Order: sequence, then C-alpha cells, then structure tokens
Amino acid sequence: MSLHLKAGSVTFENVTKKYGAVTAIDDVSFSIAPGHLVTLLGPSGCGKTTTLRMIAGLEHASSGRILIGGKDVTNLPATDRDVSMVFQSYALFPHMTVGENVAYGLTVGGLKKAEAAERAEEGLALVGLAGYASRLPSELSGGQQQRVAVARALVLEPEVLLLDEPLSNLDAKLRRKVREEIRDLQQKLGLTAVYVTHDQEEALAVSDRIIVMNRSIIAQEGTPRELYEAPSSAFIADFIGDANLITGEVISANHEKAKVRIDSIEYELPSRGLRIGSAQIAVRPDSILLEPAQGSSGPGSSVSGSSESGSAGAKDQIGIRGNVTHSTYLGNQMHYSVDSPLGELFVVDYRIDNAIKAGSDISITFATKGMALIAP
Amino acid sequence: MRTSFFPWLAAGWIGFAILPWYALEDGFWAFEWLIDGYPFDSDYAPALIQIFQDKEWLLPLLFPLLFPLWIFNKVKSDPKYASTLIISGGFGLAYLLGQGFTIGIGGWEYSTLEAAFGPLETRQFGMGYGALFTAGSFLILLTTGLAAAGNLRGDVFVTSAIGIVVALVATFVFLPVGKILVSAFVNDAGLYALSTFTDNFFTKKIWGLDCLSTSVSCGVGLNSFFLAILTATSTTLLGLGFALVATRTDFRWKKSLRVLTILPIITPPFVIGLALILLLGRSGTITQFVADLLNIEAGRWLYGLPGIWLAQTLSFTPIAFLVLIGVVEGVSPSMEEASQTLGASRWHTFKQVSLPLMRPGIANAFLIGFIESMADFGNPMVLGGNYDVLSTEIFFAIVGAQNDQSMAAVLAIILLMFTLSAFFTQRVWLGNKSYTTVAGKADSGIHAGMNPLLRWTCLCVTIPWAFFTIVIYGTVLFGGFVVNWGRDNSFSLQHYGEGFGIGWNEGSLVWEGAAWDSFWTTITISAIAAPLTAALGLLTAYLLVRQKFGGKNIFEFGTMLSFAIPGTVIGVSYILAFNVPPFELTGTAAILVLCFMFRNMPVGVRGGIAAMSQLDKSLDEASLTLGANSFTTMRKVILPLLRPAIVAALVYSFVRAITSVSAVIFLVSADHNMATSYIIGLVENGEYGIAIAYSSVLIVVMLTAILLVQKVIGERKLRKADRLAPQSDKTTPSTKSATMEKQA
Repeated sequence: MSLHLKAGSVTFENVTKKYGAVTAIDDVSFSIAPGHLVTLLGPSGCGKTTTLRMIAGLEHASSGRILIGGKDVTNLPATDRDVSMVFQSYALFPHMTVGENVAYGLTVGGLKKAEAAERAEEGLALVGLAGYASRLPSELSGGQQQRVAVARALVLEPEVLLLDEPLSNLDAKLRRKVREEIRDLQQKLGLTAVYVTHDQEEALAVSDRIIVMNRSIIAQEGTPRELYEAPSSAFIADFIGDANLITGEVISANHEKAKVRIDSIEYELPSRGLRIGSAQIAVRPDSILLEPAQGSSGPGSSVSGSSESGSAGAKDQIGIRGNVTHSTYLGNQMHYSVDSPLGELFVVDYRIDNAIKAGSDISITFATKGMALIAP
Repeated sequence: MRTSFFPWLAAGWIGFAILPWYALEDGFWAFEWLIDGYPFDSDYAPALIQIFQDKEWLLPLLFPLLFPLWIFNKVKSDPKYASTLIISGGFGLAYLLGQGFTIGIGGWEYSTLEAAFGPLETRQFGMGYGALFTAGSFLILLTTGLAAAGNLRGDVFVTSAIGIVVALVATFVFLPVGKILVSAFVNDAGLYALSTFTDNFFTKKIWGLDCLSTSVSCGVGLNSFFLAILTATSTTLLGLGFALVATRTDFRWKKSLRVLTILPIITPPFVIGLALILLLGRSGTITQFVADLLNIEAGRWLYGLPGIWLAQTLSFTPIAFLVLIGVVEGVSPSMEEASQTLGASRWHTFKQVSLPLMRPGIANAFLIGFIESMADFGNPMVLGGNYDVLSTEIFFAIVGAQNDQSMAAVLAIILLMFTLSAFFTQRVWLGNKSYTTVAGKADSGIHAGMNPLLRWTCLCVTIPWAFFTIVIYGTVLFGGFVVNWGRDNSFSLQHYGEGFGIGWNEGSLVWEGAAWDSFWTTITISAIAAPLTAALGLLTAYLLVRQKFGGKNIFEFGTMLSFAIPGTVIGVSYILAFNVPPFELTGTAAILVLCFMFRNMPVGVRGGIAAMSQLDKSLDEASLTLGANSFTTMRKVILPLLRPAIVAALVYSFVRAITSVSAVIFLVSADHNMATSYIIGLVENGEYGIAIAYSSVLIVVMLTAILLVQKVIGERKLRKADRLAPQSDKTTPSTKSATMEKQA
C-alpha cells in the first residue's frame, strides 16, 4: 500500500465549548501521541462527540487552543484541517459510486480523475473491497459500507483519523470483527486515531488509551488496564465494567498498601493514597463470592472476622450474611441480586452447576483481585 | 477557503472605474452607451470620472477600494486581514447607500442636510451597473472579513450567502414595506404629518358600520374582514369534508379528489369569477334557465358579497383540502384504535380523539383561508359590484383618478395588519401546538371509519361541490369556443383567432393575435424569474437548515414575511420604493422579475427546507472533512440529491409568476404587459370571450409545464434503474464468489 501517512498528535489546551448558556465542554485539556488509538468514552451527552467534532473542525471552540501535529488549528475550518472522519451513519454519498465516494476527497483536493480513481482503488483494496468501485453504496451490506467510509477517510492520508461510533449500526457479531479490522489497520499503518464510543467493552478492546468523559469534563484518562483496575471515581468504576460500591473503613495505610475493614472482615488493597477513615470500595460483580450459609443466625451478623485477605472462596472463611432476592440463569453464568447489610449487591457467578435459589441465605466474601479503593 | 478576496475587489474597481455609474435610461440591457459619449458623457461616465465632473461626493468611495490593497501579502489568520476587510466593506456599503438615499433627483433629500451643506446644484439618478458592481464588491469584502474574523466557523461561502440574502431581502421586502409606512404620513404637499395618517386611518370609508342600519355599505376594512371570515369558514369546512372523504371512506373516486389540489396552482385568480359570470351572471346560462323556468326576472345577486364569497370558496377550498388532508392523515390510527378498544363508538372516537388532534391543523387551514381571501385581488375585481374590499380599493387609490398615495398606503397598512396578525397567530400560537403524530416509526393501524350520519353529510356536501367545480372548469375550457356565451352558443374559433392568430407575411411568421405580445412577455419574465426564485429559495433553505448563526430566527421570519404580504401591498410598495433613486426600477422588466422572486421565495424556501431536512447532515460534514469547501459541498453533494425539490421549486415559481395578478397589475408597463393584467383589462371592457380563451390557454400551458416536468422526474428515476441493472448483472458472479469464499 502506497499510503504515506504522517501521523500527527492532537492537543487540547483548556478548551471550552458553549452553546448559549449550556456548556458542552468545560476547560478540557489532553494530548494524544502520534500513532496512538485513543478512545473518547462516556455516556450520551458527556461531550465526547463534541470533542471529536472540534478536532474535525465541525465545531469551533468557544475558548482554548486546539493543535494538530503541533500546528494551531483553533480557527481553521474543517475543510482546511488535515483530518478525516468516519461517521456513525457512514455518510456515503448515495448518488456516487463507491469509487467516486472514495475518490471524492482526492478530486476536490485537485487530483486528476484517473489518478484519484487509481488511489481510490488502492484504498478499497486496503479494506478488502477491491473490485467494488463501480457499485452504488446502496448495493453494499452495512459492514461493507462501513469499510468504504474508512477507505474514503484513509486515502486522504490524514494526520488524524476520527471515528464517530463507527460500529453502532452493525449487529453484535459483525461489530467484533470490524473492530478488530480497524485496530489491525490502525496499527499496521501507524495511524493516529480518535475513536468515540459509549460502549466500554469496545473501548477496552481497541484502545491504546481511553479518555473517559462525564458531564463535559474528563473523568479519567489512562490505559484500559489502569481504568479497569484503578478507577479514580465511583463513576469510572461503574462505567468501565459493572461495579458494586460498598462502604468500608481504612484502618491502617502506608503509601503502598491499606488495610480495609468491610463489615467485620479485613482485606489488604493497594492504598492509592487513601488515609485512615471511611472509604468507598468498588467490587466487580464476579469478585463477590457467595456460599450457602452455614449458621442459622440472621443476615448481617458475621460470626467471626478474618484478617486473611484474598482467599478466594475459602471454605473456612465465614463471610457476611445475606439473602438472594433474584436468581437468573444466563447460559454460561448466573446473575444474583443479593440483599446484604452493605446494600443491594449485583453478583455474577460462573459456577452454574451449583446455582443458588432465590430466597436462600448465603454468606458473602470478596476476592481482592476485583476490588479497588476509590479516592473520596 | 483558499480563494482570495482580490477578484471581488477587482469587481469593485470595474464598477467604479469602468462601468457607467448611474442607471441608463434605455434600460439595463441596452448597450448604446458604448458608442454614445462614453466615458465622458455625464449620463454614462463611471464614478471615477464623475468625481472630477461635478459629483465630488463619490470621492470617499476610493478609500474602501484602496485600503484593502495594503493587506495584499497578509495571511488570513492575521487579525489585520479581517479588520481591514470589515472596515473597507462596511464603510463602502454604508457610504454608498447613504449618499444614494440622501442625494436624489432634486439634490438633497433632507432639508436639514441642505441647511448644513448648502443647496446642491447637481443631482443624481438611480444606481446603475457601476454602483451595483461596487456595492456587491463591498458586501463580499465585508462578509469575507467577517469570516476571517472567525464568524460561522470561518466559512466565506456561508457568510457571503447570508450577506447576499439579507441584503436582497432588506432591499426588496423591508425597504418597500418601510416606504409604505412612511408614505402613510405624507400629505398632499409632500410634508410629514401625523394627521394625514389619522385622517385616512379613522375614516368611515374604512370602518363605517352603516350597513347594519341602512342600505349604505360598510367600510372597506370591515367588508374585507367579514368576507375573509366567511371564506375561511366555508373553505375550512369544505376542505375538511373533502379530506375526510378522501381518507376515511371507501368512496370510489376518492383518488381523483387529489387532482383538485393541483387546480389552484394553475388557475389565474380571477378565472373562477369569470366562469361564475358566464354561469350565474345576469345573462348567465343557469340564471337564464332558471328565470325562464320560474318566469322571474334575472337578478344581479352575483355582483357583490355572495359572488365574491362563492368565487373565493371555489378558489381556496383546494388549498384547505391540501392542508387538511395532511392533518387528517397525520392522526395516528393507533390512537383511534386505542379509543375503540376502550369501548368508544365511532362518533365518540371522532369527537373526542380525532377532532381534538386535528384542531391545530383546522385552525391553520382557517388562517390560510383568511390570508388568501384578504389578499385576493382577481375575484373582487371581477365580481365586486358595490362591495368594496381593501385589495381593490388600494388599486383604485393608486390607479384611479384620485391617485392618493397616502390613502393607498393607509389601506395597505390596514390590509397588512390583518394578514400579519393572522400570520403571527399561525406561527406563534400554532407553532408549537402541532399534534400530528407522524413518527419515524411505521404505524400499521387502520383509520377508524366514520359513523353513517357524518359520512353521508360529508358525501352529500362534497360530491355536489366537486361537480360544481368541474362545471366551472368546463365553462372555462369551452367558453372560449362559442360566439357569445349565453346569447349565441354556436361553435366559433373567433376568440382564439383574435387573441392567438398566426399569419404568414412574405414567407415569415407573423404573430397577428392581440394576446401574443403579453403572452410572450409573461412566458419570458416567468422563465427568467423561476430559476432566480428557486436559487434564492433553496440557498435560504440551506442556510436555515444547515447553518447556525445569530439572529437566525429573525432571518427566517424576514424571508417568510413576504408570504403574508398581499400582492396589492407589494405592488403599491414597489411603486413607492422603486420609482425614485437610488433604485429606479419602475417600468422595467427587472421590477417584475424581482417582484416574482420575492413574492414566491417562501415557496422555494419551504420546499427546500422540507427536502433538505431529509438529507442527513453528516453528508455535508463528511464532504467538509474530506477537504471540500461549503460551495463545493453544495454543488457536488447537496444539489444533486435535491434535484426533485429544485425541479418542483422551478415549476412552481414559473407557474405562480404566470398566474400572479395582484402585484403585477401595478408594475406592468406598455413595454412589459403581463397576461393576467391584460385579461383583467379585457374583462373590464366586457370582452369575456377573448378573456376566457386566453385564460384557458394559460391553464393549458401551465398544465403542460407541470406534466412535462413530472414526466422528466419520473424518467430520471427510470434512468437510475437502467443504470443499475447492467451493473448488477455484471457484478453478480463476483458477489457470489465473494460470498462463497467467505463461507469457505
């Protein structure tokens, strides 16, 4: 492939975007390294799409600076920016053939028709659609249209490729395949790519780094692993994979480890800068271990404490008493809703053979692997 | 945008230094000036030479033409680039207009200025090519500067488009209407006086209530209002009846009812009145027949309120039908089904569910009927008798012996008040009150039927009315073929011969008929106006749908306003505004074209908005991010996808220009007479034969135009299918192998 990409960086410096009285982006700063795929992740209305559109130049910042490849583009219109975008709806021009669509950016840029068509054909080959140039977009499947949109953006050899929820119109199975293709292509070509999605699984799967946005600001930025294992807030913990938020108490802490007491059980967790006192702990649903209760005392009364932490499913450990209110069978896993003194807990259990019936009393323990202290 | 402003600055220099600055007496397209004393004759001289003759007030215009030169090598992001252009363009435009309005044919226009600067010995005429070029150049410099300053995402095309539309609407809608307001205060001596307005406004002639107690007629204002209420009521009820029949019954010919909706588009407004005279006038067919049968004397009841009401109801019922059929269909069937499953009867469902949901639509139809009736000129003109209404009184105030401009202005203001209140009501009150329940989701339910009583009422009213309408149009088509309708009903081609005779003279074609002249003028002017109207309308629609900018609501309101301004008001206001410098246009073909453009622009805007709302916005954005500018995007992406809307706008503005009469009748001149005003003249002379022959020719021409275009649109679809077919044949094998590979 003869693409000569010049992957550029993207930098936001204190960018704010206001629509009248509404602030869509509030004083946001971040920086994306060349050749990285960075995902903007967040619930709808968090400002992630506005951020993407500001990189494209489709929206202009109310204040702050935007740099692409080190150049200030804050006031530059979309037409003059060296970025291209793949739209959620693909936005293929329905009155042009696939080839004309892919060649569009090249011809309006002044390239001769024959040369543009040749480059378009190369672009189509890159996404596995060689020989489709004379079709109309309406004659292609959704996945193929999506790849045409990618090819159309790539042939311009942009400094940055922008993808706005590119998979949302595909069915679940195709989604996984296409996202792998996009990731492969991005790594092969060394592209800088900014990817918007509201699907955390998709974000974890494709990204070098993830920027999680919430309510017009950046909630947390990091690698997928950092976000999952060390969420900085309850919002992140809940948004990146489900989490149960429970309250515990830090009883001792140094800069590395902290001893945390939940109910009457003690666990040792990375301290993450927390001091002694009350603390919130995020617990992944599959890190809550349920065992049929042995004693007959009522829920909530723990019989004895144990300082031994992380003993996953240890038979000898006596946990917190609880009661299963709902028990749902999902083929390869069980979902439980559990009533406990810590509040209502959502539990995922892959041991479907020993399913617990709704109404059963159980004892609850936690696996420290899926627990994280959250900064207050 | 990568293009620089220099071509525009050059255009400004061409206008200033080369082209004749002032309007030429011979007309815009006459080029005698090239050989007749140019460039030093003061009638033809460009501004640069005028300065050194006696028009030294043009000198300051050199500043905005020279000032931008110093940013020759500056880049666009330099703040000085933007500010220089804004200052040059803004100052140039303001000064150009300022001097145009303050110095006219009689020197200073305002006595205070004369006192300050002393009397002027020279005077100036309306702006010509030169001024037009230079003004355009200043406007673009200004908008380029505004774009460079970061407005509207720095898009020069969009800022310029907004600038152009605003300038045009301001000049050709707001300036004339403003001029009317001012004229209402000018007395016979040409001085401003509040009493002129109050005397004319609070006169018995307009508001008199004498008709309640005596046989004297009421004031024209009340007459118009009363007539409008009657017409709006009858058209709304009939329209609703037709809409219910078309959607809620199994009436056999209900599909052909929809043909009705095309009728008002192709019917010149006075034709219905004309046909009514032939049928129900004193010597009309039906009148005579009834008079013979019952042995009573034929009456003149048609001339006056009953006749106008009948004609307007016939003319505007199809419009109400068009509005209401959408409303009636818009009521979600599942709501009616829900009501019925809850145990309500058909009548109860209709009364409690369907009707309340239709109410805003019904109110809308009523207001449209009200506005149409108020603005109608043709029918009252033909059938008025002693029943005077505002639209015709305005005409007689200007054209008649009285030539009372301030009276015409006051009448126009009153008419405008009525229509604008209806327009405001429609937008403010109904704007956010639409209950139409059309969602993107397919609603598979079936509309509830009507209960028998309602069903029969609808059928019994609408079928005779539809039959009556057919008879009327039959009269129009056949009336031209008889010698003297009602008296001598033998077949004759005499009227067509008189109007449209063609002869041979020394081997060349001679258009002998009396009507050819106005016919060709009409076709030519309508054909020039149509593309301009469509372009302006669609450009405005593009700005409204696709761009966000401050003051967009006011912008939208301004562009839709001319819809609510009755044609007679436009006509009067154009006369008042464009008879004097700086815009001297009366008597030209240009004023007719401009009048059509701004009167029919809302149609193009609405069509464009509807079509463009259905185009995904990300198509434009995709094009922009691929490096195309807004103009290229519009040309290569939006326009090709809007082709049906463009064609519709073209046809509609062409047809409306042909049928228009109310504004045109003020603006025609001996050189540029239009068909409609020519026909009105025939009617006034009692020459019904030619008038009706001419009308039916117009109807046939318009019908042909519409059908032709529909055929073209239809063929376009076919061609697309043709284009697909061989390709899919070619590609099928490869698709198959591709899928097979996938499976393997």
